[in-house]
Amino acid sequence: MSSELLNKITISIVEGRPDETVDLTRQALVDGLEPLTIIDEGLTVGMNIVGDKFQTCEYYLPHLIIAASGMKQAMEILEPELQSRQQEAESAGVVVIGSVAGDIHEIGKSLVGTMMSASGFQVHDLGVDVPTEVFIAKVKETGADILGLSALLTTTMTVQRQVIRELEEAGIRDQVKVVIGGAPISQEWANTIGADGYAEDAVGSVELAKQLVV
Amino acid sequence: MRPKLNLLSDALVEQIIAEGFELLMNPGVRVHNAEALKLLADAGAKVDFETQIAHIPESVARRALETRPSEFHLYNLDGEQVVHYGGDRVQFDPGSAAITVLDSETQEQRQPLTADFVKFVKLVETIPQLDAQSTALVCVDVPDEIGDLYRLYLALNFMRKPIITGAFRKDTWWTMKDMLVAMVGSEKALAEKPIAVFDVCPSPPLLWSDLTCQNMIDSARYGIPSELVSMPLAGATSPVTLAAAVVQHTAECLSGVTICQLAHEGAPIVWGGSPAAFDMREGTTPMGAVGTWMIDCAYTQIGKALGMPTHAYLGMTDAKVVDAQCGLESSGGALMAALAGVNMVSGAGMMDFESCQSYEKLVIDAEIIGMSKRLIRGIEARDNPIALTLMQELGHRADYLAQPHTLKWFDKELYLPSAVIDRGSLDAWKKKGAKTAWERAQDRVEELLATYQPAPISDELRAELRDITTHAAQKFGMDELPPLPLD
Ligand code: B12
Repeated sequence: MSSELLNKITISIVEGRPDETVDLTRQALVDGLEPLTIIDEGLTVGMNIVGDKFQTCEYYLPHLIIAASGMKQAMEILEPELQSRQQEAESAGVVVIGSVAGDIHEIGKSLVGTMMSASGFQVHDLGVDVPTEVFIAKVKETGADILGLSALLTTTMTVQRQVIRELEEAGIRDQVKVVIGGAPISQEWANTIGADGYAEDAVGSVELAKQLVV
Repeated sequence: MRPKLNLLSDALVEQIIAEGFELLMNPGVRVHNAEALKLLADAGAKVDFETQIAHIPESVARRALETRPSEFHLYNLDGEQVVHYGGDRVQFDPGSAAITVLDSETQEQRQPLTADFVKFVKLVETIPQLDAQSTALVCVDVPDEIGDLYRLYLALNFMRKPIITGAFRKDTWWTMKDMLVAMVGSEKALAEKPIAVFDVCPSPPLLWSDLTCQNMIDSARYGIPSELVSMPLAGATSPVTLAAAVVQHTAECLSGVTICQLAHEGAPIVWGGSPAAFDMREGTTPMGAVGTWMIDCAYTQIGKALGMPTHAYLGMTDAKVVDAQCGLESSGGALMAALAGVNMVSGAGMMDFESCQSYEKLVIDAEIIGMSKRLIRGIEARDNPIALTLMQELGHRADYLAQPHTLKWFDKELYLPSAVIDRGSLDAWKKKGAKTAWERAQDRVEELLATYQPAPISDELRAELRDITTHAAQKFGMDELPPLPLD
């Protein structure tokens, strides 16, 4: 019975029906299933299948993004349940991400954030044109493992360096890994400004983040 | 008869425009610029200053469509009218603001320096198929904050053709305006005979950022033409259906024309863009996708229906090297743009989305442009009767090479490519070194550069431009500009 429900949750993720995922997740709680079971044996199984299908070119980005949205909405229901049980979903790590001050390019940054959250990271997306001090404050508040800085303009690349400097001044540079990206960004630039990593696309960002948090 | 591409039926054109107007009201347009919000409110739009959203009634936008010029010209530095925005005239300029240049030796992308952009400007001067310059490369040997204006400074020192440019900040626009005024003598002269156009990009969906909005307002006030570069990314920042992406484009451009005309009635403004059919595998913004070309051509049709001068980013490639993909994508886009009658087609030389400029691609694109321009001149009768007199005279002799008729018409009827295009026999090709298109393009670049004629700029004017630019550079920690590579 319960395995049938979990299977339905998996299918709703794989077939991209977030509303159904939400309803089924509520149903599962009513039926007395443990939140961790719903996550591990329902939602995550679905996300893994979606990931595989993306790798084999059967699925495209819209499949991936809508599945991630179903997962996210279900997690919003499960979080309070986990907390009341003093449990935690297995998180790959905490990520703070945003486009640096002066930069309003948003798509790449959001894609990276979504892919990271689909891969089990807890992502705080601060949006675009994010003032440096807001990054610093959020890193402090969340104890983030990773800070992701996006810059698409040659005129805003330097702000990435500035954020790193201010992390140093705030004395928290060694507590967080800084990863950077965006069209004009290169590994060379990452080396120059002392970032911990650079990735050129969303899939690469997830791999990088995973490497950095182990 | 001139061949013409129309992708939309009359009924669809009407519906797209109608929905565009409706979007201006609901959900309205986000305008992150205080001055523009005030202009809109004063004109009768319902403005929420808290959320910075303007709900613009159709009547307000319609009024703007009455005051905007349906055509205008750009002038070269000799004061001649050389570019015509309006009607179905088709002209080409290089893609703008590349982050990298493709190195001619290594074929690798690298960061552009002063000498690279100067070489680029000179090359554009010598390419007859290109109608205008653009501030095509962002050089890294000056402070980032002046990256935009420094490009214009370099170009003005070496160009004759008019230029398509743009600012990356609000303050740098003023320095760029000062340079342009210095070139032509006065603000009045600049407004009367503009030599430059500023690109302004609304952010999809339906947002005017402070920067871009201010650039547009300032340009309008000085009578400097603006070119709207609206870029719905179908399936990412706009609906995925092509028609719906065009609706979004329509609304963004209508709001731009409205703000521009409210800032200064009669200011020249162009209906343009750089949309993309978002790539659903890579998450990129392909310029070589057929969907991208279709959105461009469809919104051009809308712009024409509204009597606007038009622009589009077309004729580019997403390839990283000058290869078969590069050629096929660049040709497809450029041919479609020409058939659609886009007044200014930006993109020549550009590859890797809009990231990289290449001298070699530029001279290959020049051939594509030459062929595109030939195509839209269409087929004419030339003689009356068309063939009878000549063919009845020659009977069955295949002796046309010897006919005065051939000598008279061949270079008007046929497009004559440069040596970039190989049409020799196999042996001839081998004798010339069995060169690939890339190698022939390398040769062509050198050949053209050798023909560059220095720009008509006086030493005093050079010094004045240098002062204006140095002054801006000093604010960002650079006391002296890199030397100009003058021969
Ligand atoms: C779409 C676009 C816009 C849209 C953005 C819409 C939006 N809501 O995001 C709008 C219209 C707003 C815009 C505005 C401008 N733009 Co713009 N824009 C682009 C364009 C065409 C595509 C960018 C994009 O979304 N790509 C798709 C995404 C998925 O790719 P991505 O952003 O590169 O992200 C991937 C990777 O880089 C990486 N990544 C990204 N971020 C991060 C972060 C981390 C932590 C990691 C690990 C990885 C990572 O992973 C992502 C996913 O694969 C680029 C062209 C290009 N070649 O990039 C120009 C481009 C970046 N823009 C440019 C310019 C000049 C501007 C303007 C200044 C134009 C103007 N005068 O108004 C303004 C600047 C506004 C500002 N202050 O930021 C130039 C930059 C030139 C330069 N030398 O700096 C470019 C290169 C185009 C050009 N040649 O002119 N732009």
